[in-house]
Amino acid sequence: MEAAAGVDARLPIRSDLDLVWVRQHVRQAAARLGFGLVEQTKLVTAASELARNTLVYGGGGQLTTTRVAHGRAQGLRLAFSDRGPGIADLEQALRDGYTSGDGLGMGLGGARRLVHQFAIDSTPGVGTTVTVTSWAGRPPRPGHPREEW
Amino acid sequence: MPEHEAEARQGSPAREVGVFLRRRREQIAQRWADEPLFRAVFTVSRDEAVEAGRTVADALAEVATAERVVDPEAAGFTLVREQLARMAASRARAGLGTAQVSREVDALRPPVVDLLVADLADAPAGRLRECESALTVLLGTLRLVVLETALSEGEALIDRQRLQLLEVATPVIKLWDGIVAVPLIGTLDSARSQVVMETLLEAVVDQQARYAILDITGVPTVDSLVAQHLMKTVAAARLMGAECVVSGIRPAIAQTIVHLGLDLGTVVTRASLADALAHALHRLGADIVHASSGGAGSR
Amino acid sequence: MTDEFSRPPVAPVPVLRLGDVLLVTLQGDLHDSTAEQLQQDITERIGSSGATGVVIDISGIEIVDSFLGRVLAEIAAKAGLLAARTVVAGMRPAVAITLVEMGLTLPGLRTALNTEAALHLLGDPARSGSAVPRPGRR
Repeated sequence: MEAAAGVDARLPIRSDLDLVWVRQHVRQAAARLGFGLVEQTKLVTAASELARNTLVYGGGGQLTTTRVAHGRAQGLRLAFSDRGPGIADLEQALRDGYTSGDGLGMGLGGARRLVHQFAIDSTPGVGTTVTVTSWAGRPPRPGHPREEW
Repeated sequence: MPEHEAEARQGSPAREVGVFLRRRREQIAQRWADEPLFRAVFTVSRDEAVEAGRTVADALAEVATAERVVDPEAAGFTLVREQLARMAASRARAGLGTAQVSREVDALRPPVVDLLVADLADAPAGRLRECESALTVLLGTLRLVVLETALSEGEALIDRQRLQLLEVATPVIKLWDGIVAVPLIGTLDSARSQVVMETLLEAVVDQQARYAILDITGVPTVDSLVAQHLMKTVAAARLMGAECVVSGIRPAIAQTIVHLGLDLGTVVTRASLADALAHALHRLGADIVHASSGGAGSR
Repeated sequence: MTDEFSRPPVAPVPVLRLGDVLLVTLQGDLHDSTAEQLQQDITERIGSSGATGVVIDISGIEIVDSFLGRVLAEIAAKAGLLAARTVVAGMRPAVAITLVEMGLTLPGLRTALNTEAALHLLGDPARSGSAVPRPGRR
């Protein structure tokens, strides 16, 4: 059974200065959990993409970071939430090249490829929460008897 | 020069290394006995350490003579597996991590290389380099075997060691100033492909190598995920300002790639590691010239 | 450049001139606004100096996300319109792997291992598109 070790931190995402804090915080948290350099870089880059989405499309919001454990595996879960307009067509938003704003249209789709687990929950008019999880080393194997996602 | 040595000179570098290991068995064992790995395991008697060194040297000689320097399953290693397991276990009990054991095994290399260089002082530079490379790969495989045996030491260590095994199985060789190569042997799965990519790109930075050669001659099959990893490696190398050449794509693999509908069009490929090296040298402005024919380039 | 835009004092990135080449060294964690400012500065400097090449050394950069990737690509594209070639030098392996995993391979961008190789690449007009500098002249 996967166990959340409690919320580590909540960070506001209100300006591009906050993006810098988000990147630094995620980098340090991942390093503490024993993420390798490449895994750190992937997760921080994903966090940067998602935090920018929260800022640009969601009108600001917050990041909640949580340490998670599964057996011996240690991971970091990042939840980006906003109370913005929401995403009407999720499939389209996840497709490469799609963008309604600035950027290369790689934000959501790109971030999804950089993490082990990716979930998005969006209600038009209410807001959007994107939750990603990455694990230090190998992610817990799917199909494992103790696996409960 | 005894007859079998004369033969070795014409034989493969691996065979010549085998002959060398037999010839220098005693000196090698003596030097190894003073290295931390043997000293720490055989604390009581130096003679025991020397004897253990002889056994390992014999095993390596057998593996080299059988031309299986890259094969951790080679028959020669089975002779010493139990002994290596004891040594690895002893080091693990002493609280050493895999990385430290790996370093200690690595420390066995320089004394042997020194002897080899001394022995081949009169050989052509290219021959010496080939032999040195074979010896390096052989000792890398030894390291792999030692770490493999250490793996049985406890489930808690396995994940970490597995990754390190992958790194050990990914020897990056500097072939020339500005040219590095990874000769890949055995099955490539997704995790190993990832390690290969990271190791090769790190070497590109460390050596400031403009050419990185991925030799997959020893890879029996490639699935689509692995082929994608290869292409990602090529793309990442390009972003760093290096060119990645893939060599040794066997016909079966080429067919797989075609079947999978993958486009290798943007990837520089060469039939063999030698061809890839020649390509990189040529691009570096250093062509290989046959001395006898007075200037005809090799390509 | 002044800080009159009510921002925290973010130092602009210095743009050095080396002969016909503009040299920019990026360090640490770049603010979006700094990156955008840089894009503008470089374009202006090319216009005013007639530089024929731009080298952007990113060996000190730990993260290139799609935003910074876009800025680099746009600098190269705008410089190209002004007849200047851009080389991005010294990308770290972890950064390169991450960009490729994201699907951002920046195909139009010239790259080099380091600043020296980038200057070589720019110094040789025969080579225009390749990622690899012509070697053998050191």
